[in-house]
Formats: sequence, structure tokens, C-alpha cells
Amino acid sequence: MTTQVFKIADSFKKNVKYTFCPGCDHGVAVRLVAEVIDELGIRENAIVAAAIGCSVTIYDFLNIDALESPHGRAMAVATGIKRAKPDKFVFTYQGDGDFASIGWAESMHAGLRGEKISSICINNTTFGMTGGQLGPTTMMGQVTTTSPTGRNPEYYGYPIKMAEHMALCDGVAYSARVSLDSVPNIRKAKQAIKKAFEVQLQGLGLGFVEILAGCPTNWRMSPAQAHDRVRDEMMQTFKPGVYKDVTADIK
Amino acid sequence: MSHIVINENRCKACYLCVKECPKKLIRVSEKTNNLGNRVVEFCDPNNECLGCAMCATRCPDLAITEVYRG
Repeated sequence: MTTQVFKIADSFKKNVKYTFCPGCDHGVAVRLVAEVIDELGIRENAIVAAAIGCSVTIYDFLNIDALESPHGRAMAVATGIKRAKPDKFVFTYQGDGDFASIGWAESMHAGLRGEKISSICINNTTFGMTGGQLGPTTMMGQVTTTSPTGRNPEYYGYPIKMAEHMALCDGVAYSARVSLDSVPNIRKAKQAIKKAFEVQLQGLGLGFVEILAGCPTNWRMSPAQAHDRVRDEMMQTFKPGVYKDVTADIK
Repeated sequence: MSHIVINENRCKACYLCVKECPKKLIRVSEKTNNLGNRVVEFCDPNNECLGCAMCATRCPDLAITEVYRG
């Protein structure tokens, strides 16, 4: 008896073809989002607020309603959608340059207001689409096109830890950091995304997941080397884990 | 019989699946697809595939479209 254990999620458009670079973890993250939407059965009810950056192309791939927001304002746009249509499932899909640099005020205040939305943020320690500049999450010593001698704290300051900051906001119901460096961690990432979506469906508050992902093109590495870097360097600075989960307190 | 189905025209030649397969059943083939990439192929003469779907979970480009176990 042969059983099918994997198929392309129904939430993808027909004959979908990613436009990401080879080995980019955005592809895995979008697939996990699509699989979770399928499992929760919320495709007809879901609206995504896309942002600027490599993450923007999500509306080309998923067969759900989407709204494109100005740079960094995805959380503000999602807030508007949710308040106008409280019965809809609203989530944002953003990168770190969008969520944590230009959009940090919108993102954090959405958490402080306790908006009933979900947010997925890809952390690849650089501005990917514009060519690998220093971003808010760039790690100490990392060489980018705008920090050719490596990031030093005297000149560039320190990287932001998004999952911890969001966990401190009282309106946030779930905040976690996961990684896509290996298959077991990809499966954990899917559980975290599902949890972040469920807290919105239960009306508990904002669900946030920060996903550590590789950017082979801008790191000038092979896809396999990029995953080694995620595991050996990024996961030491940005510790994966669940930083806030109000459902754990209820049980 | 456990096996996988590969959509060759989606393969971008990152070869993460080659590294991921615990039985090393995926290899780089001589064929090129319409993107100009040398695609991977599934080669399982002794029916060793476990149907673990690790290749499909790792693939960032949806090139491994179906996995069957049994």
C-alpha cells in the first residue's frame, strides 16, 4: 500500500514557479505558510499584507487575496484590514529589513495594541533584494556592501533581536524564533507558524514568528555553506525558541 | 514502493536534496532544463527509498512535487 506523504499545497497557484535565487530559504518559508493555510482550512478567508523586499513576491505564488503595502507598513496595513473585516484571517509576510528597520515602529506598536493579526518575518541578516547592504539584524563582524570592514559597534551599533522585543509587548500572544537550517528545524518552523496563526483564530492577540534563513547570493556562499552559517553563527547570536506563548499559561 | 516525483523545470541546481537524502539516491544528471540548469535525478535501482520526504522538505523551489511511502 503506497501512501502519498508529500504534495504541493493546494494554496499555491497552478504551475507556480518561484522567482527566488537558487537555494533561497524564502521558498521553504512560503511553502510552510501555504501548508499551514491548507491544514487550518482558511484559504478562502485569508488576506496577506505583503511588504517590500524579496518577500513581496508571495502574492505571485499563493492563491489568496493580497494587498501590497509601502515599505515597512505591512503591519499598519494589516491592522486596517483586520479592523475593517474582523472575521477575516490577516497575516503579513516580511523580511527583516522591512519589519525591523523602516517598519519597526509599525511592527512594535501593532504588538502593543494587541492587533489580532499574524506576522512572519524572515531574518537573513541583510537587505537581500537591494544587493546585500547592512541591515538592522546584520551580525557583529559581518561584511556587507555598506560595511566593507565588518560591522563594528562603535560605528554601526548592535543587531536587533526581534523575537525577544516582540515578546515584551503585552498585546503579543505568541512570539518565537525558528530556523530553516535543517529538516528537523523546518518541521519545528511549521509548528511555530501554525501556532502563530492559531492565536489569531482564537482571538488571543498577535502571533509573531521570526525565521532564520540563508541568503546564499548576498552572503557569497553556496546554499549548503549558507545553512552551515545559519547553524554555526546566526543561531548562536539569535537563539531559537519560544519567547512568549499565552496558550501555555491557559493550559 | 517508495519514490519521489521531480519537476525538472523547477530545479535551480542548488543540490540541497543531494546532500539531504539519507540513502544518497538523488544525483546530478547530465540533463539541462529550460532554465539552463543541470537538474537532479532520482536513481533507486534497489528500492532503498524510505519515503522520508526530507528531500521535499528541504527543496526550496517546489521541484520535488510528490513523495510516496510504502
